[in-house]
Amino acid sequence: MDFSLTEDRRMLQDSLTRYLTEQYPVEHRNKVAYDLPCHDDAKWGELAELGALFALAPEDAGGFGGTGFDISVVFEALGRGITPEPVLGALMASRLLTTAGAEQEALLSGAAKYAVAISEIEAPYELEFIAATASGSGDSITLSGRKSAVYGGQVADVILVAAKNGDKLGVYEVQASDAQIVGYAMMDGGGAAEVMLDATPAKLLIEDGTAALQDAINAGIVALCSEAVGAMDVIHDYTVDYLKQRKQFGVVIGKFQVLQHRAVDMLTEIEQARSIVIKAAAELGGPDATRYASMAKNMIGRAARLNAEEAIQMHGGIAMTWEYPVSHYAKRLIMLDHQLGDTDYHLAKVAAEIAA
Amino acid sequence: MDLNFTQEERNFREEVRSYLAENLPARISDAVRAGGELTKEMMVEWHAILNRKGWLATIWPVEHGGPGWTPVEKYIFEDECCKAYAPRIVPFGLSMLGPVLIKFGNDAQKSTILPRILDGTDWWCQGYSEPGAGSDLASLKTRAVRDGDEWVINGQKTWTTLGQHADKIFCLCRTDPDAKQQAGISFILVDMDAPGVELRPIKLIEGGHEVNEVFFTDVRVPYTNLVGEENKGWTIAKYLLTHERTGIAGVGFSMQALEEVKSLARKVKRNGKPLAQDPLFSARVAQVEIDLEAMKLTNLRMLFKAQQQGAPGPETSILKIKGTVIGQELKDLARRALGPVAAPFPGHITDGNIMFGPEDTAQNAARYFNNRKTSIFGGSNEIQRNILTKTMLEL
Ligand SMILES: Cc1cc2nc3c(=O)[nH]c(=O)nc-3n(C[C@H](O)[C@H](O)[C@H](O)COP(=O)(O)OP(=O)(O)OC[C@H]3O[C@@H](n4cnc5c(N)ncnc54)[C@H](O)[C@@H]3O)c2cc1C
Repeated sequence: MDFSLTEDRRMLQDSLTRYLTEQYPVEHRNKVAYDLPCHDDAKWGELAELGALFALAPEDAGGFGGTGFDISVVFEALGRGITPEPVLGALMASRLLTTAGAEQEALLSGAAKYAVAISEIEAPYELEFIAATASGSGDSITLSGRKSAVYGGQVADVILVAAKNGDKLGVYEVQASDAQIVGYAMMDGGGAAEVMLDATPAKLLIEDGTAALQDAINAGIVALCSEAVGAMDVIHDYTVDYLKQRKQFGVVIGKFQVLQHRAVDMLTEIEQARSIVIKAAAELGGPDATRYASMAKNMIGRAARLNAEEAIQMHGGIAMTWEYPVSHYAKRLIMLDHQLGDTDYHLAKVAAEIAA
Repeated sequence: MDLNFTQEERNFREEVRSYLAENLPARISDAVRAGGELTKEMMVEWHAILNRKGWLATIWPVEHGGPGWTPVEKYIFEDECCKAYAPRIVPFGLSMLGPVLIKFGNDAQKSTILPRILDGTDWWCQGYSEPGAGSDLASLKTRAVRDGDEWVINGQKTWTTLGQHADKIFCLCRTDPDAKQQAGISFILVDMDAPGVELRPIKLIEGGHEVNEVFFTDVRVPYTNLVGEENKGWTIAKYLLTHERTGIAGVGFSMQALEEVKSLARKVKRNGKPLAQDPLFSARVAQVEIDLEAMKLTNLRMLFKAQQQGAPGPETSILKIKGTVIGQELKDLARRALGPVAAPFPGHITDGNIMFGPEDTAQNAARYFNNRKTSIFGGSNEIQRNILTKTMLEL
């Protein structure tokens, strides 16, 4: 057993963390994160040069990583910097392109931005209830329906769309310029889009795509959970530092045992979260990937909420302000639960296996 | 034991309900329902409507323009206001300064200031907290020095809610730096447009502007702006805080929020069915509903006791703690119910007409984040526990 990172991954982690700390500090992040396009093209290019995208795909697909641990390393660093760039879309698209055996050099080099459109308003987390449809064949396939909360969709060049063709769920490639895109900044920063498809031309990527989509979702979950671990580490550090500095009643508030214990509870949940994410990362791509992804997402949902709410509470008013970074970390940690299945959704999935 | 309201109380409820139905403009209740920030004009207009009826200063005695209600009647009034989506009454003049002047003010202060609160001439804000003095309010540093028949004030207040609308601010200032902390504080009234007062906005977590910093540089106000005795301001501060805690359980608002969550859960879909049929989500809602049902009674029991004893006791801290936690849980559910479409930042969407979820839910995430304040201000929930530890447990 060995829980240490390989040399390559450690170097990637160090260089990404250093880059984001120096070049994408929270002040800059806040400028980018809340105003469309919620994206800094120059920084995106530099992140790609550092290998943040190549690390997401295996070697035979043109990358140099692609395992759960590679994904974890990248996203934990992004989480430490609450980076608003559309890397989640790139990861999920890369998984689909890898499954399809399609060319993805443009994606991995950062030259083209990809987003993945699965969610719909009436099917927020589930593949089973997707209603968007594909019709036609060959060169004349078109898609119709509304895709919701397409992360990175506000700046994507290419969108990979899950749509029904008869009783199969296929994956299709749509040029963003062919669809009607309503972009928006999100509450916690970063952008997404509603994608309106109305006989929109598309190219078939995977005809029977349920398994491929589930794999992309599982990878996305490992990414989000790793991001949360990075963000929780930061928010916990801020909180403990504050407990050591802030004085009320003539003492630092960290002397109050009730606050000490709660800071310890935050830490305990972070360590538990870190463990389950390692497990989910290890299982990614294997037969039990979905089960462990659900376990991780459920635990992250709980740990992230505890950390966000307690960090705010123990800071008093200051963490309620836009100016103080903790508020942005807290928003990210809470809103992450709304992506790719929330705490309850994944709890139900794990619970369903008990009777099965 | 009788859990029913008396016939008079039921009649009173009818009267309130029909007054609200006829007089609360839909434009205003729609804005409350939508959950964004209300404009100053809306709040002032609503105050004026209540004032016409004599229902604005609900906790003032009759001789100063209050309606003379019992705590239970006040409760009924607030309950009906919530159901009708009336704005909250802005508390600073009406629930804070008013009762303070009535108890500690001199005749001149009462006769000049109280009517101006009632008719909306003056909007007050609360200058208590400072960057270094939050929970430990008595450590405040803003200094007031007497110079002939004036005070000269220097220092800084912060978290000043709705200070951007205010004409005046009531401040706790240090007037005797040598006395023991609590003993050297005075309660002084200041014009926001006095030279040397500067207000700077603070942007909150969800992007809203409701609090401010207020800086004082050599601000001069008449000596007679002192309320009560010099260096006795702490007694006033404490008196005001007990008034701040009435209605703190927010039962009416939570009932409103519970209904909204239920109706939302019936409209949105999860796993091909209404979310209300999702066993985990409905269990969460039921859990809060049970807590809230108990809280309604806890609140009434404490009101009843206050009505008998004449003043709320320290057990109102229980209402603050549990009431805010219930309110926060409901905001959590309202956000959670929306799933991914809770994410759009209101006002940052390229096509403002596009619908994401049921009407009036665009603010659900913003409201959840903003609402975290309720367990921090008005004496944080940790401080409330300290109060209970001391007063009820005597530990
Ligand atoms: C949105 C908002 C609006 C506000 N409006 C106003 C206003 O209009 N006017 C005004 O004067 N003030 C206002 N306040 C200020 C509010 O009253 C203070 O934020 C509050 O008193 C807490 O003080 P603090 O923020 O300095 O936190 P601190 O007192 O520094 O507390 C930090 C943390 O330590 C905990 N803590 C402190 N002491 C103890 C202890 N002895 N034991 C255990 N835990 C402890 C606190 O509970 C908190 O969790 C507002 C605050 C907010 C957030």
